[in-house]
Amino acid sequence: MSNLGFQQFPEYQVPGVQQADFSPYESNGGSIVAIAGDDFVVIAADTRLSSGYNIHSRDQSKLFKLSDQTVLGSTGCWADTLSLTGLLKVRMQGYEHTHLRTMATDAVAQMLSITMYNRRFFPYYVSNILAGIDKDGKGVVYSYDPIGHCERAFYRAGGTAGTLLQPVLDNQIGHKNINLSSSELPKLTIERAVAIASDTFISAAERDIYTGDSVLINIITKDGIEEKKLQLRLD
Amino acid sequence: MSILAYNGGCVVAMRGKDCVAIATDHRFGVQAQTISTDFKKVFHIAPRMFLGLTGLQTDILTVRDRLMFRKNLYETRENREMAPKPFSAMLSSFLYEHRFGPYFIEPVVAGLDPHTLKPFICNMDLIGCPNEPVDFVVAGTCAEQLYGMCETLWRPDLEPDQLFEVIAQSMMNAFDRDAMSGWGATVYIIEKDKITERSLKTRMD
Repeated sequence: MSNLGFQQFPEYQVPGVQQADFSPYESNGGSIVAIAGDDFVVIAADTRLSSGYNIHSRDQSKLFKLSDQTVLGSTGCWADTLSLTGLLKVRMQGYEHTHLRTMATDAVAQMLSITMYNRRFFPYYVSNILAGIDKDGKGVVYSYDPIGHCERAFYRAGGTAGTLLQPVLDNQIGHKNINLSSSELPKLTIERAVAIASDTFISAAERDIYTGDSVLINIITKDGIEEKKLQLRLD
Repeated sequence: MSILAYNGGCVVAMRGKDCVAIATDHRFGVQAQTISTDFKKVFHIAPRMFLGLTGLQTDILTVRDRLMFRKNLYETRENREMAPKPFSAMLSSFLYEHRFGPYFIEPVVAGLDPHTLKPFICNMDLIGCPNEPVDFVVAGTCAEQLYGMCETLWRPDLEPDQLFEVIAQSMMNAFDRDAMSGWGATVYIIEKDKITERSLKTRMD
C-alpha cells in the first residue's frame, strides 16, 4: 500500500507526519477435512481462532450450514470468511424465494466459485471446502483456492494443517501407495470416515499451533446433519 | 525461494523397538527441473550409523566429506568406533562453527549405539541446534507432509518389519504431495545384527 497517490509526490509531503501501514489480510488459522462416501459425507473443522501467537477463541465453529444437504467449511482470514458466508446466505435465500426450492449442492458449489472470482483482484483470503449430498444422493466434496478455482473430489484437507493432513487422506482414504486388490481394502463407512477425520485432527494438533482445542464433525446424509464434537489438545 | 529448497529432497528417521530406520528420496533437481533421479541423501558412515543430509546439494557433499574426515581422525586417535551421540555433538559444533555463514543443510542422524545397542535418532537445523526426540525426525522440502504422516502412523515399540511399513508409507505419501521430492526412495532398517536396504518404486511425476 505504498503507491496510494500522495506518496508519489515527495515535494508535497508534510515533514514529520506518521503514516500507518494498512494490511487488509490476516491469517486466523484453522483446518478442515472432508471425506465423501457413497451416500454420506463427513466434514470436520477445528474450533481454534488465532492470530499470530494469540488465541482469540477456543470454541468458534468454522462449519457453516448452508442447507440441509450442504455444509461449507471456511478458514483463512476470519473477517473474509464472515463476509463471504454472509453473502452466500443472502444469495441462497434469494434463490429460494425466486425458485421456491433449496439450492442443490452442485449449484452452491458453482455459485461459491463465481462469488469468489468476482473478487479476482482483491480476493477473499479463505480456504474453502464444501461438503454435501449431490442430486444423485452421493456424497461429494468441493475444494477452492482463494480466487474461486473449484475442484470436485472425494476427500480433501484444507487450512493451516492442510499440507500435513492431505497425504494422510491420500493414504487412508485414497489408498495411495497400497498394493492391495479392491476387495482387500477396507470399505469406507461413516464410522471409518469419522475415525480417520478425528485421527488426522489429533495428529495436526500435535504439530500445527493454529489447529487445536476441539474438532466439530458434521455427518451429512439424506436424512439430515448429525453433529459431533471431539476434544483436542488445548496448547 | 530459500536456498534450502533449491535442490529439493527429503529424509526421515524413526525409532522402533531395538531398531531404527532412515529413509531418503532419490530426486536431485534445480528448482523445478529434475537433474538426476538416483541421488541418495543418506550415507552409511559407521557400521550401525547413517547420516542423512537435505538441503543444498553442494553443501550435502561438502559436509559429508568434512564430517567423514573428522570422524576418521577421531577414530584413529581414540582407536574406537564413534557412537551416534558423540557424532551428533561433533556435527552440531561443526555446524555452529559456521554460525554466520552456514552450510545450507538439515542433517538427520540415525543409528544404534555400538556398545549399548540403544536406538538413537537426531536432527538439527542448519546451524546445529540438536533435537533428539523419542519418536521420529523429518527434514527436507516436504517436512510438513512428513510430520502429518509420521504423527498418524508412528507408534511406540514397532518391530523392524512394521517400522519399515510405517516409514515407507510415510515417505511415499508425503513426497507424492511435494513436487521437489520423490522419484523413488531407499529405506535402511538398522538392527543390532543386520542392516536391511530396500528400494521403493514410486510414481515419477
